[in-house]
Amino acid sequence: MKKKDELIVRRDVSLAKRLYKCWPLYVFLLPGLIWYIMFCYKPMIGLRMAFYDYNIFRGFSGSKFVGLENFKIYMSSPDFGRTLKNTLMIAVWQMVICFPVPVILAILITEMKSKIVSKMVQTISFLPHFISTVVVCGMVVNFLSPSTGIINMILGKFGIEAKYFMVYPQYFRPIYTIMTLWQTAGFNAIVYIAALMGIDPQLYEAAIVDGAGRWRRIINITIPGIIPTVVTMFIMNIGKMVKVGYESILLLYEPSTYATADVISTYSFRMGIQNGDYGVATAAGLFEAVIALILVVAANKVSKRLTETALW
Amino acid sequence: MKKATAIRQNGKNAGIKIQSKSEKIFDAALNVFGVILVAIILYPIYYVFIASISRPLPVENGSVILAPVGVTLESYRQALKTPYLGTALLNSLYYTFGGVLVNMVFSTTMAYALSKKRLVGRKIFTLFTVFTMWFSAGIIPLYMTFRDFHMLNTRSAILFGFAMNTYNMIILKSFFEQVPESLEEAAFIDGASDFRIFSQIYLPLSKPALATVGLFYAVNRWNGYFWPMNLLTDDSKVPLQVLLKKLLVDKVKNEMESAIITSASLSSQTTTIYALIIIAIIPMAIVYPFVQKYFKTGLTIGANKG
Repeated sequence: MKKKDELIVRRDVSLAKRLYKCWPLYVFLLPGLIWYIMFCYKPMIGLRMAFYDYNIFRGFSGSKFVGLENFKIYMSSPDFGRTLKNTLMIAVWQMVICFPVPVILAILITEMKSKIVSKMVQTISFLPHFISTVVVCGMVVNFLSPSTGIINMILGKFGIEAKYFMVYPQYFRPIYTIMTLWQTAGFNAIVYIAALMGIDPQLYEAAIVDGAGRWRRIINITIPGIIPTVVTMFIMNIGKMVKVGYESILLLYEPSTYATADVISTYSFRMGIQNGDYGVATAAGLFEAVIALILVVAANKVSKRLTETALW
Repeated sequence: MKKATAIRQNGKNAGIKIQSKSEKIFDAALNVFGVILVAIILYPIYYVFIASISRPLPVENGSVILAPVGVTLESYRQALKTPYLGTALLNSLYYTFGGVLVNMVFSTTMAYALSKKRLVGRKIFTLFTVFTMWFSAGIIPLYMTFRDFHMLNTRSAILFGFAMNTYNMIILKSFFEQVPESLEEAAFIDGASDFRIFSQIYLPLSKPALATVGLFYAVNRWNGYFWPMNLLTDDSKVPLQVLLKKLLVDKVKNEMESAIITSASLSSQTTTIYALIIIAIIPMAIVYPFVQKYFKTGLTIGANKG
């Protein structure tokens, strides 16, 4: 019905008239549009640096166009295999551990009968989200200090020798994952808690009358009830997962842990801002951005087919 | 037939009884789990606090685990002597308050325009913004953009370069879309302009959404270190997080590495570092209880609309 009305209006009123009617809206739109052009789309044009032997002082006109040379340099270097593997590995750790935990946490919180405990868990668990990355990484580095860190001191009480965990590649992923979990689990659970609150309570009442126990209710009502939200969050986050938290990795990694910690974005940052090799740095960044885009589109397609939940 | 119902009845009752017993255990276990979880989450912060008010020696030999030893505020006195700490704190306040103001002006105006069905080209403009969530140019091109605009080492790079976050803008847009159109129509008939409708109908009606989004922006502004670190080179312009990065992460890492190699003792006292961490957390800890209740509304809108 509504659509029909719109069609009639569209036929009757010419474009000029409609534009005249909504012109003040363009005034509202303008500041935002200018910002998007300046700080989102202009950098995209800057991506062509990836195809130049870019010289920061001469600009594009003074730099040589090299085609795919920068990609060749990146992809044939030993850094390529390492950064690609680390990016994927960290993304997998995130997907397997940091993604599902908030869902479980949300179910547990809503299942808690004691209002006080459930409120307390909620309030406390999203507190770490408000502590900055720098402070959290600072805590991790200091806690793991071999001479004065609390972790080594507690391990020392069990007779385990003090170790500076930050310089061993095999500890990087567990450290990073535990840190991320502490920082984000509670906050990410909020969306799921809200979704669980939206489930029709009559469903639970009916299930109780039918004699369904706690587990049955969780498995047959609660979980199906939040699957759409889980899927939406998964698609929204899959692109971010590939970009991984380079801000915290930059603070935590060291040359000695590059083997497991160096990801594409940290490599791109090092090559560009620290070494001044802008062409190769941009090529690596573009490579990452394209993978992220492909993953988002693919996840959306798969989910559309499997669960009929999709972003577009 | 009667028998069967009776059995079923019995079975049902028995079932409920067993259930209620196991359910009690389940509930108790859940509560215990909740309390343990809270303790685990809080412990790192609690430890930093008790270490910061203890004497350095007990902290460094591991006697401080559950309670402070030899309570003193000396570490705080040391921490407050840090050069540029006051400047960095003021800078952070400036970037947070100024930045959030810029964020809100840019986001609310754009969200208002995009929430209106009568906007010609609405779909294209929305796609124009949403596309940047799926594909972004990345670190180096953005850095070069600031360089091209001669914004390196300027405060306005921080304030305006990050004037908008697409996700937050979409939250506002979804909220504005829920405002009944009849309000707007009535105002139009009374001869109100878009500007008046925006400032006198939409903004006052969207207070919860504005609070949530404003808070998200404030947290990002206060906590961000990466771009200020890369864009600002003067110590006098740098916010607190960049200074903290040098003190809490870089310096400690360097000292630990040299300590491993040369077995030299640490020069910066651990307790002073912990005192600095507490100082850095305090502003958020003060605001947190007041704003905490707003999240749920904001996040739910965001999740529903993507």
